[in-house]
Amino acid sequence: MGVDRRNFLKTLGVVGSTLTMAKSFGASASDVKSDVEFDGILFDSTLCIGCQNCEIVCADHYGLPQQEDFPEPGKKREPNATSRIAMNCYETSKGEMYMRDACNHCNEPACASACLTKAMLKTDEGPVIWREEKCMGCRSCMISCPFDVPKFDYDSPNPIIQKCRMCFELLQEGQKPVCVENCPAEALLFGKRRDLIEIANARIYADPENYNHAIYGEHEVGGTGIIYLASVPFEELGLRNDLGTVPYPEYNKTFLYSVPAVLILWPAFLLGLYNAAKERLTKKQIEEES
Amino acid sequence: MNREQQIGFFKFFTNELKPKGKIITPFNVISLITILVAIVILVIRFSKGLGSVVHPSQDRPWGLWINFNVITGVAFAGGAYVVTFMVYILGLEKYRPIVRATVLYALLAYMFYAGALLLDLGRPWKVINPIIGNSFGLSSVLFLVAWHFILYMGSLFIEFFPTVAEWATLKRQRRFFSSLTLGVVIFGIALSTLHQSGLGALFLMAKPKIHPLWYSEFIPILFFISSIAAGLSLVIVLESIGQRVFKTNMSVSYKSSHSRILISLARICSISLFVYFFMALLVFLHGKNLEHLNTPWGYWYLVEIIGFVLLPCIIFLSAYRRQNLQMIRIAAVLTIIGIILNRLNISTIAYQWYADSLEFPTWMEVVVSIAVIMVQLLVFRWIVRRMPVYKESPSWINDKKQDKSFSIKNKSLTLNNRREKWKVSAE
Ligand code: SF4
Ligand code: SF4
Repeated sequence: MGVDRRNFLKTLGVVGSTLTMAKSFGASASDVKSDVEFDGILFDSTLCIGCQNCEIVCADHYGLPQQEDFPEPGKKREPNATSRIAMNCYETSKGEMYMRDACNHCNEPACASACLTKAMLKTDEGPVIWREEKCMGCRSCMISCPFDVPKFDYDSPNPIIQKCRMCFELLQEGQKPVCVENCPAEALLFGKRRDLIEIANARIYADPENYNHAIYGEHEVGGTGIIYLASVPFEELGLRNDLGTVPYPEYNKTFLYSVPAVLILWPAFLLGLYNAAKERLTKKQIEEES
Repeated sequence: MNREQQIGFFKFFTNELKPKGKIITPFNVISLITILVAIVILVIRFSKGLGSVVHPSQDRPWGLWINFNVITGVAFAGGAYVVTFMVYILGLEKYRPIVRATVLYALLAYMFYAGALLLDLGRPWKVINPIIGNSFGLSSVLFLVAWHFILYMGSLFIEFFPTVAEWATLKRQRRFFSSLTLGVVIFGIALSTLHQSGLGALFLMAKPKIHPLWYSEFIPILFFISSIAAGLSLVIVLESIGQRVFKTNMSVSYKSSHSRILISLARICSISLFVYFFMALLVFLHGKNLEHLNTPWGYWYLVEIIGFVLLPCIIFLSAYRRQNLQMIRIAAVLTIIGIILNRLNISTIAYQWYADSLEFPTWMEVVVSIAVIMVQLLVFRWIVRRMPVYKESPSWINDKKQDKSFSIKNKSLTLNNRREKWKVSAE
């Protein structure tokens, strides 16, 4: 029944039938898969000591002001227009735990597919980067990101979008992201996403008592570049569990695929209507005249 | 044009620039003040950044200018594609008198509301990027909407140009642009279908942030259907106001057609609101949203859907039966409020509904929002007072060729004309 109703609705919306033909047009940047494996970061919250070193070195590296406050339970800190990462402390069922809040470098990022200038770009290597020279500041990346990551600089006449870029330039030189490099507790691990998932699984397997048996980001929103381990359910650490496993650009696809169909079929249909109406009126007129 | 003509045209134009009608009226004074204040606010905005005038929110990145002026305002410009559809495609001649005013309203709406989009862009000087093609974000809904805005503005301009030409006595240009009408109307309807629904599709990826009562994968379809009722309701209100304000600029035949047209529009509004209500109901059941109904959000949802969709739908219907213009106007206003509610609910009110703080626009945001509408209305009035929007077209348009119409009489007439021409040239 549910399926029927859904189909009915879709047909009503002139969508449906020509999906296959439309595929090629609607194909998005995120469809282009390369052979390169995505880079990623594993954050093991059981190791994190909440020292904020990652915040400090990140601000340092990118010339941003240092944050004055520190993680406390009950207080939500967020990255903002002048910081790219924020640590939070949560009172969980297993005591105080820390969680990282920064861009997750989704496998199929909503932000990049919302961006009309490709300023937000999923690089072949994995990091999702923002490019100043393209961005027009429309903020639809902010609307679309399921984690509310991109931040807009409201206080500048030449504003930027602030967001973690996984130190893309350093990676190109063969180095690691500064946060990973400088984590004294080794709570952060940089590597190929696929390997990191294996490592994470191995950690769970080796210490099943300690870990919550799941990896956040393995499937969430179609998989993210930053993946998380924890000893408690992830909701307790402020991660949303209602985001689903569908890559977010999918939500747009039905609409985008129907665009060429509408552009082709609709005018043809209208022309048909026009001719029919014309014929009818002409007939009527002839009848009236005779 | 030779030199004399040029001078003549220039004189005519400067003469037309002078205001017609009383200058000091409450509306003029208020709008002038609003616009002046808005200009000051915008100077601040561009020199100090958006945050100096709008409420700087990271959670709700789009403020009033986008959510109200662009997303809501464009829904009300939907009247143009519905009316041109009825007149040019279906040949329903009885709606012809309102075509010009509707198209003009839509053209200005797109011009100024797309303008509002520029005000809200953080880096408007980069707006050229998605247009000249050095960075096409083909997978972006906003990209699509932006392009459709531009193309549709062009279509509307071509649709409206014959009116301008009649005013400025540009006979050849008028004939040429009139001959394009059918084509651009069809193109325009296709574009409208897509960008009206596209405005809804902008929010498709905001799934986790919009309250489930308002989010569904069918937002685009709902946006499209509701834009029909929105557009026509605005036409009803516009016509009603126009009857009073532009009395002296209206031809007799126009005035007399007024009530007949409103009553027919009421019927279409009623039907489209019903379809919208029915779709919303299906979406509601499909989303298994029953559990949300008995919450404050649920009541708010019911207010929107019963009070401002179902109720105007019923009023339109009974007004149509009783041929009651006053009721039609009330229903139109209710529909307009309902559409504003719906668009603002999705984009602002039920967006980040779980956030504990409510956020309100600053007064400066509100002033600019209103000023944009004021400018649009002023330009509308300027044009209506001069060009044959409500007035009779000048008689020279019948000289050679009739306006495109379905009458075969006209056809044979033009054929005869042509024959005569051939004869002349043969001689
Ligand atoms: S977390 Fe948000 S900003 Fe980061 S890649 Fe994903 S969608 Fe983009
Ligand atoms: S704000 Fe910039 S990066 Fe974000 S969607 Fe708009 S153009 Fe792209």
